[in-house]
Amino acid sequence: MVRFLLSGDGPRSLVLSVIVGAIFLALALAPFLFPGTRSLEVAARIAIFIVLVASYDLLLGYAGIVSFAHTVFFGLGAYGVAIATSNMGRTWGALASGTLAGTAVAVAVAFVIALFSLRVRAIFFAMITLAVASAVAVLVSQLSWLTGGEDGMNIQIPRELTPAFRLETEVFGTRITGRILNYYLVFVSCTVLFLLMLRVVNSPFGRVLQAIRENAFRAEAVGYRVVIYRTVATCLSAGIAALAGALFAIWLRYVGPDTTLSSEIMIDILLMVVIGGMGTVWGAVVGATIFVLAQNYLQNLMKSASDATSALPLVPDLLNPDRWLLWLGVLFILSVYFFPSGIVGRLRARG
Amino acid sequence: MSDPLLSLRAVKTDIAQYHILHGVDLDVPRGQVTMLLGRNGAGKTTTLRTIIGLWQPHSGDILLDGENIARQPPATIARKGVALVPEDMGIFANLTVEENMTLAAVAGPIDQGRLDWIFSVFPPLRTFWKNPAGNLSGGQKQMLSTARAMIEERRLYLIDEPSKGLAPAIVSTLARALRDLKLAGATILMVEQNFKLAKALGDHAAVMDDGRIIWSGAMAELASDASLQERLMGLSMEHA
Repeated sequence: MVRFLLSGDGPRSLVLSVIVGAIFLALALAPFLFPGTRSLEVAARIAIFIVLVASYDLLLGYAGIVSFAHTVFFGLGAYGVAIATSNMGRTWGALASGTLAGTAVAVAVAFVIALFSLRVRAIFFAMITLAVASAVAVLVSQLSWLTGGEDGMNIQIPRELTPAFRLETEVFGTRITGRILNYYLVFVSCTVLFLLMLRVVNSPFGRVLQAIRENAFRAEAVGYRVVIYRTVATCLSAGIAALAGALFAIWLRYVGPDTTLSSEIMIDILLMVVIGGMGTVWGAVVGATIFVLAQNYLQNLMKSASDATSALPLVPDLLNPDRWLLWLGVLFILSVYFFPSGIVGRLRARG
Repeated sequence: MSDPLLSLRAVKTDIAQYHILHGVDLDVPRGQVTMLLGRNGAGKTTTLRTIIGLWQPHSGDILLDGENIARQPPATIARKGVALVPEDMGIFANLTVEENMTLAAVAGPIDQGRLDWIFSVFPPLRTFWKNPAGNLSGGQKQMLSTARAMIEERRLYLIDEPSKGLAPAIVSTLARALRDLKLAGATILMVEQNFKLAKALGDHAAVMDDGRIIWSGAMAELASDASLQERLMGLSMEHA
């Protein structure tokens, strides 16, 4: 059963299995294990970024396509939900149609980008996606009548998903609120999407993508139209990113250029893929978890480290929470230096 | 040579600004083995790559059973039943032997009978079936590369210097496999520098020089005429 769900492509390393299992359990029971708004925020963000990063790895790691437009698709999903709810009201129908519309637009945009640019060399494709990403970000902040501009949009979601909604039931001593229901909407959707991607990369289609990444000419000469496979991969990856964006919007009840479209997010995604390990969707699980945790808790950790070393000279200054970005940077350099194939690549090589 | 399977007519191919093929005319007869011979840089590999579409000819026709396949994409040509075993072997190192073979079977699932035949001629492929192809030795990679072409019945096999850089024992394993393929009635166009192997397998020979075919005829004729070999390729029977 588990093997079927994982499409026969498990973590394949004891240490990795334990890590992934722990992440899964922690996310599955997050509302009960870590009560408090902030930790639930972090848990939902981890779940969504796992899907987002895995969908990017589908492109980068499996198909060997370097794209900087992934946030565009993420944003299209999020704005789809926002625009639909602002026009149709706080109904489930609005969420569903916004998600579907955003995803459809994302797939269509990906198709056009793919057709125009997958025929050119990889570096030019990367440039084109970079241009598209900037153009979309500018467009979104300009079209304020539709997108709320720089201010973004608040999203009215059905009452059952908001903190104001409370069930009478208690589980493990925690009252079930709409917020927790919303969290499980995110968690279950992300789990399904992740398993779906695992299935895709282990399908014959995924094998062809890997063959193309390794030797596109050879794959073509064996009989696979590289352009078609790359186009389908781009569209699929965009569609999943849009679904992740829709979940993110529903969870945050807000969408703005900074939460979905900024180039910082694109860089974050890239780093998560590299840290976790390219060419395996399991890398997304590890990469996204470490990164989001570091983003949210490194400052706290440094604060306590700084306090603990207050007697020493210089050290507390270095560990000042304001320097967290510096240490995050050091962390990346070290991880790329010691794990060039990512944490998962390293663990699998050992296991 | 009536009704050849493949005919090249005045095929010219440029790579970047260099003219590599200056008008190749070549017939590959059905159900026989044609050896493409010639010095390094004569255009043999370019000819094979042009046939499968990896290089686009800028003029000339390539007729496969009368259908002009020049300027079609490689994948389309491959799916018409043309398989290339490239000089660099071109295996997918990160995929397993099994996955490499499954990908090569473009028409559908692998035929078990054909796979058993391949296992019998290339036993290491059975041993390393579930292993990444990148872990194979050079000779085993060549076996895999050849086996990928053999996994389905193709109309035309293009084989580029299979013996290059391999130990004699492995060359004879490959020669046996190719002889099996030949006996099964396959049409093969093969580039080979090892004249002994070329002589043993070839029915016909075509000699290239400077992007043209300068001689073609029966292999037996070329093999028995040392002065012809000397003149065409700088080879002599002592080397053979």
